[in-house]
Amino acid sequence: MTLLETENVSKVFGGLTALDRVAIAVEEGKIVSLIGPNGAGKTTFFNCVTGVYAPDRGRITFRARPMIGRAPHEITRQGIARTFQSIRLFAEMTALENVMVGAHAQSRAGILGALLRSGWVLEEERTLASKAFQLLEFVGLTDRAEVWARHLSYGEQRRLEIARALASDPVLLLLDEPAAGMNPRETEDLMRLIRRIREQGVTILLIEHDMKVVMGISDRVVVLNHGEKIAEGSPVEIQRDPRVIEAYLGTT
Amino acid sequence: MRLPMLLLRWTGIAVWIGLLILPFAGLRQAVLIAAVIALGGLLWSATIWVSASSRMQALTAETARRIRPPEAGWRSFRPTVPQRQAFFVLLLLLLMILPLGMNNYIMDVLTLAGIYVVLALGLNIVVGMAGLLDLGYISFYAIGAYSYALLSTKLGVSFWIALPLGGMAAAAFGIALGVITLRLRGDYLAIVTLGFIQIVNLVLKNWDSVTNGPNGILNIGRPAIGSFVFSQPIHFYYLILGLALLTVLAVNRLNRSRIGRAWIAIREDEVAAQAMGVDTTRMKISAFALGAVWAGLAGVFFAGKFAFVSPESFTFFESVIVLSMVVLGGMGSIPGVILGALIVVILPEVLREFASYRMLIFGVALVLMMIFRPQGIIGNPRRRLELRPEDEDAIMRRRTGV
Repeated sequence: MTLLETENVSKVFGGLTALDRVAIAVEEGKIVSLIGPNGAGKTTFFNCVTGVYAPDRGRITFRARPMIGRAPHEITRQGIARTFQSIRLFAEMTALENVMVGAHAQSRAGILGALLRSGWVLEEERTLASKAFQLLEFVGLTDRAEVWARHLSYGEQRRLEIARALASDPVLLLLDEPAAGMNPRETEDLMRLIRRIREQGVTILLIEHDMKVVMGISDRVVVLNHGEKIAEGSPVEIQRDPRVIEAYLGTT
Repeated sequence: MRLPMLLLRWTGIAVWIGLLILPFAGLRQAVLIAAVIALGGLLWSATIWVSASSRMQALTAETARRIRPPEAGWRSFRPTVPQRQAFFVLLLLLLMILPLGMNNYIMDVLTLAGIYVVLALGLNIVVGMAGLLDLGYISFYAIGAYSYALLSTKLGVSFWIALPLGGMAAAAFGIALGVITLRLRGDYLAIVTLGFIQIVNLVLKNWDSVTNGPNGILNIGRPAIGSFVFSQPIHFYYLILGLALLTVLAVNRLNRSRIGRAWIAIREDEVAAQAMGVDTTRMKISAFALGAVWAGLAGVFFAGKFAFVSPESFTFFESVIVLSMVVLGGMGSIPGVILGALIVVILPEVLREFASYRMLIFGVALVLMMIFRPQGIIGNPRRRLELRPEDEDAIMRRRTGV
């Protein structure tokens, strides 16, 4: 089943066409990678899907529901979670609290609930905290639960971002360059982690520059260049595609 | 930090300050002030410690056990719930017997400090937690005070009914300001809120038929329960103590709730907060509203205590004073903000000996504070728990951008 489908999505910033009629379909349960040279429009595409930008044209549907025009927090509630290319954790909150914020949409205690702190509110807090703790366990950060996000190592911060995104119980997880800046061992761990997330039934759309990661875990690869989709296919097909080679290496 | 270290630190600070003021204040007073600082400091450290370790209360016992405490030693000690409650009951008792035997002047200073504690805690919601720089906070204080002044003089409404009404009126204006400034951030927000306090102040000064202009409103009814009328300074001390405790309780609960987390998340990174499903629009407006409520309540109390309000009490300068309490004490930290309010109110009184130099000394102290300890006196309790050697690596990583 097609989970996320975009048709004809375009986004122009001033004179720069960041996305030009991009059509991508993400099948449920798959790991799909979005690759392309710097400035190809990959992150812009993520921002359009998550509601940070409104595309100038085109359609985005998620589980057959139109997504354009919805605020980012509403899209998160629909089941799309994301991480950021430049880490955007809540620096002065503990790792556990970061993940608990991730579950914001899954909880409902309001102002009155917080002030009165009745039984169900406390119960919800406990459930949230233990769920967050389980997610920290999932990404291997249990012993860092009480540490401020800004004091975590780089690799730990990357994993915390993933745990935080998972806390919203997403159907589709968008990862924006999760392997950036990681050493080979951390990258190996990350690939294992992404596969484990997929095993939990979460579909993954991934932006990545590390070709080892892309070719190692993707079911499908989509290539963008100058805002246009230039190729799509299995990792093997993409590696042989002359247009992809040209986009990355240039013509001679 | 171990107990002997704490003792040493506070004694050191006390002796140093004692020596500094010795030439001006004389031996007896210097020793007295030093003793107060030493004891007060220790009490503060204990309060911070107890309240800092209560953050993870919401965890199940099982989960809490599995989280390794950040450090061995006394920091890994978590007071149990009864221990913590006992501590706060003792603290409350101390505050209740504190004014007994003190003169009216000290009681008035403490009451004033109480008003500012309420104001600073309310502003802390907006600035400290949600990270919205509000320079017009005092306008909500004015709205609370004038609400009661008008309700009392024109309609004869009692203090107790006006108290929630004043809070609600302030909240309504808070929501209005929140809606207007929705798309603004940082500097721009500060400028609009600055305009807001000017507008409120000008309206109070010029709308003669309602506010009686610069002359203010006189003969506001005092709070009363049956035939008992609050009239002595000690009555108001207990009233503001109650109001301040209510504020601390409410703000603390908000801070440790889903709402508080959402506010802090917005402060830390609005885009990320939104991506996590936080409705930032709604949360920002609610921060303005919930911050304003406390200013409104404090305003009603102010009108009830002094039985007189005039526009002079509600100027931009007052806003800045309250903001400096929040920043001085430590943004986002409840005990810090309380301490900030106490210092800003009480220090100038203690420094009265220096006559016109006291504001100069106070100004220099603020400047030094911001240079050497920008996170405030207490900072965030969590920061204290987290300062560890590896921080240097983290800082290096950030600097080098690796």
